[in-house]
Amino acid sequence: MLVVEDLAVEIDGKLVLKRVNLSIGEGEAHILMGPNGSGKTTLLRAIMGLGKYKVVKGRILWYGQEINDMPPDERAKLGLGIAFQKAPVIRGITLRQIGGHITNGEHTLEVMAKQLGCEELLDRDLNYGFSGGEMKKAELLQLLLQAPRLALIDEPESGVDLDNIAIIGEAINLLLGKTKVLEEKKAGLIITHTGHILDYVNADYGHVMIEGVIVCGGNPRDLFKQIREHGYEGCLECARSRGL
Amino acid sequence: MRQVQRLIEELNKKAKEAQFKQAPYGPDLDLSAFFLPPEREAVDSLEELGEEVVSRALEVGIETREERRAGTYFQLDRAPIYKKMQEFYKGKLEMMSSEEALRKYDWMVDYWWKAIPVDTDKYTATAQLLQTHGYFLRALPGERIETPVQACLFISEDRAMQSVHNVVIVEEGGELNVLTGCTISPKVRSGIHIGISEFYVKRGATLIFTMIHNWGEEFEVRPRTVVVLEEGATFVSNYILLRPVKSLQAYPTAILRGEGARVTFNSIIYGRGKSLIDMGSRIILEAPHTRGESIARSIGSDESKLYMRGQLVGRANETKGHLDCRGILLSPKALIEAIPELVAEKAPLSDLSHEAAIGPIAEEAVEYLMARGVKRDEAISIITRGFLSLKMPGLPKFLEREIDRALQLTTAEAL
Repeated sequence: MLVVEDLAVEIDGKLVLKRVNLSIGEGEAHILMGPNGSGKTTLLRAIMGLGKYKVVKGRILWYGQEINDMPPDERAKLGLGIAFQKAPVIRGITLRQIGGHITNGEHTLEVMAKQLGCEELLDRDLNYGFSGGEMKKAELLQLLLQAPRLALIDEPESGVDLDNIAIIGEAINLLLGKTKVLEEKKAGLIITHTGHILDYVNADYGHVMIEGVIVCGGNPRDLFKQIREHGYEGCLECARSRGL
Repeated sequence: MRQVQRLIEELNKKAKEAQFKQAPYGPDLDLSAFFLPPEREAVDSLEELGEEVVSRALEVGIETREERRAGTYFQLDRAPIYKKMQEFYKGKLEMMSSEEALRKYDWMVDYWWKAIPVDTDKYTATAQLLQTHGYFLRALPGERIETPVQACLFISEDRAMQSVHNVVIVEEGGELNVLTGCTISPKVRSGIHIGISEFYVKRGATLIFTMIHNWGEEFEVRPRTVVVLEEGATFVSNYILLRPVKSLQAYPTAILRGEGARVTFNSIIYGRGKSLIDMGSRIILEAPHTRGESIARSIGSDESKLYMRGQLVGRANETKGHLDCRGILLSPKALIEAIPELVAEKAPLSDLSHEAAIGPIAEEAVEYLMARGVKRDEAISIITRGFLSLKMPGLPKFLEREIDRALQLTTAEAL
């Protein structure tokens, strides 16, 4: 469904993604790992089409259609969705009100808020004074309402305590349709820094990004095991030895 | 009666001397360009006024079916054509034209032009010399009237002058919720509204005053408002202006004379077209333990010019005041100037502060909503609406919805 071809992306004139190739098929859950500043968030945001992330080379294809110049709202309409790592505060608008604007009927606000245990956030100004965990829940709640065919999820577990990681993991499984046998499977691209989310989400593929290039791919648990043992330094050395 | 007569003579004399006195703010106007419209017959029901008037009134919160209202005062041009109070409130609330009150009560001499000097400027002077009624509302002692009383000041004639003088008195321990809607008929192009409002909130009393203005692109507006608060009294003002106006200049002032009195001014101003809006609020903390807060949100679009003033004056110790003024400029041809002033006078223990900010809508927030599938224009409109939505205490629920609907329309139209 999504193919990223030889993608290079600049932020404020600085090249952050150098050469990214990635292919995600229907129903596949992909994990994106990599050290801080390697360009993981930039890739997600460029796929979503946010303005600051300028594609200078390569293509983003959605079912074969190039969407490089498409604004984010149109990408959302096609079925892309994103959960931000850090979401902006919007005063005077509640999470409930935003929910009213984005729901496409697959899940209902009240039920999902209850499942995520974040009902008390519904009538607060969006992201205003939200803790790390609350922000993640609010992001996932919005994605659940939007029910995208491909969910781009940026560090769902950062700043979240262990109890809440389980809740967030369940929400991601629900989002990807992994909880029910007959349900249509949705695709996901999930950034994780710590790998904790792998204990809860059944991921199909893993990718390691270093300095704006995806250098390695494979079974996400194996990859993470390697990273635990050798650190990203190991990945960097391996990549260099392969001339990447 | 002689006392009132003597007062009027004195006032007229002073007013004549101030007839051409320029106001310190706002463009100076030549008042001879406007005329006093004729008196009108009273009506038995607001529905008689026709669909056009009814729908305009509704836009400023005036419910012509009078549901959820303690009473209604409706003034068309210069004439108070309709007054009605729900049976339940008789003996608790008084409502009449202010001229009628002046005839009826000798003690009106203690209120009439006592909060605002008649010779403040040409507009106050004109309101005295060419007064066209205005409302008198009085909550009797200890009567807590939560259901709002509505007052509509409507202008239906082109080039007309409406110069009302309103007096609201909330007696000791009473409570009154007043909703004033000021608007014009769609066929009115130019004209002027001068509104003198003297409010007296007695010991332990509360007045919640909500005013919605809808004017026209060639229309001039000069309200003059002073509120006097006694010990333990509370005043809340909610002001909303969403439609274009030629020029509007007002600087409502609250004087907190009694210990422990409290004041809040909330205002939402959407500058559109070529509107010139010079709007402030002044809070004078004269007694110990008084508090005041002024919160203003403004949007400058099209070629509008907005001067957002605020002044806190601390004249007693153990007082606290805060100004919060924020603006968003949506157009490269608009202007917003925030002018906060703090004055501590012989009161070293007066605590006064302000925050003023003018900035763009965060692109990050716009894209955030776009990433949820919301179109850019709609995203800007949602954020703008959020920015303008102040929690206004005392505002009836349905009116909150009305205002939200109006904001929705305004933001959609303006973009």
